[in-house]
Amino acid sequence: MSECAKAIKLSGADIVTVAVRRVNISDKKKPILMDYIDPKKITYLPNTAGCFNSNEALRTLRLAREIGGWKLVKLEVLGDKKNLFPEMIETLRSTEILAKEGFKVMVYCNDDPLMAKRLENSGACAIMPLAAPIGSGLGIQNKVNIKIIRNQTKLPLIIDAGLGQASDAVIAMELGCDGVLVNTAIAKAKKPFEMALAFKNAVIAGRKSYLSGRIEKKILGSPSTSNKGII
Amino acid sequence: MKKVKKIKIKVNGKLKVIKEGYNLLKLINNLKIPIKKVAIELNKEIVDKKKLNMIKLKTNDKIEIVHFIGGG
Repeated sequence: MSECAKAIKLSGADIVTVAVRRVNISDKKKPILMDYIDPKKITYLPNTAGCFNSNEALRTLRLAREIGGWKLVKLEVLGDKKNLFPEMIETLRSTEILAKEGFKVMVYCNDDPLMAKRLENSGACAIMPLAAPIGSGLGIQNKVNIKIIRNQTKLPLIIDAGLGQASDAVIAMELGCDGVLVNTAIAKAKKPFEMALAFKNAVIAGRKSYLSGRIEKKILGSPSTSNKGII
Repeated sequence: MKKVKKIKIKVNGKLKVIKEGYNLLKLINNLKIPIKKVAIELNKEIVDKKKLNMIKLKTNDKIEIVHFIGGG
């Protein structure tokens, strides 16, 4: 757990996702996350990882709220165990219910602009489309869709799932995303601390690049040095 | 001497035998659970942590005590 805390610090992350699980009542000495990562210093984002239907997800987030008043949550309702794709009908229903109950819901979803719009209309506070299947490390598979979603929403847009290396985060940020959610790419890297730092720099580089306005793409070359005064 | 009746409950899926008349606060304290860092469900209903001492446990009650772990 101390390694996890160190990696989070190195990555410069503002938010850390947490899952709700049973307390180990037989081993009271088992470490508690809050003893290692201070929720006053970093925002805890309770999430519904591992939930396969709306009822499980709602139960999990209501419990999370009870632990310490967490209203900002991440909703993730999975549809199949093989691909871990989101079950969007259940996700949409859950978003509506949670928003009505006063939760601020960040929603894990497909990279589908129409569904992203429906989530926004149902009260989502952030759109979190996948780059690729969870844990796949494939990077952003559908850049065009992410760009379309970016152009249609003012809500925070965060790439969730499927990133494999720091350059994937640069691409996400250059597409105009507001952040990335990374777990496996750092946790399972050969050198997790180095990778955490790489992701931090990648997010900063991508964001600055996006805000700086890239040059136009052209087929032909154009000299970068003036021909004036050539000898 | 009057014999104290015992009841069976389940805590986080594990069977526990406790004295009749035990309230939820006493159970949580006996398990040395840091109340501020957990949420508690009694028979799938979330329990208000301020009212734990008012809830008397009954036989076959199912209690879930959860906390945050890393992940997501």
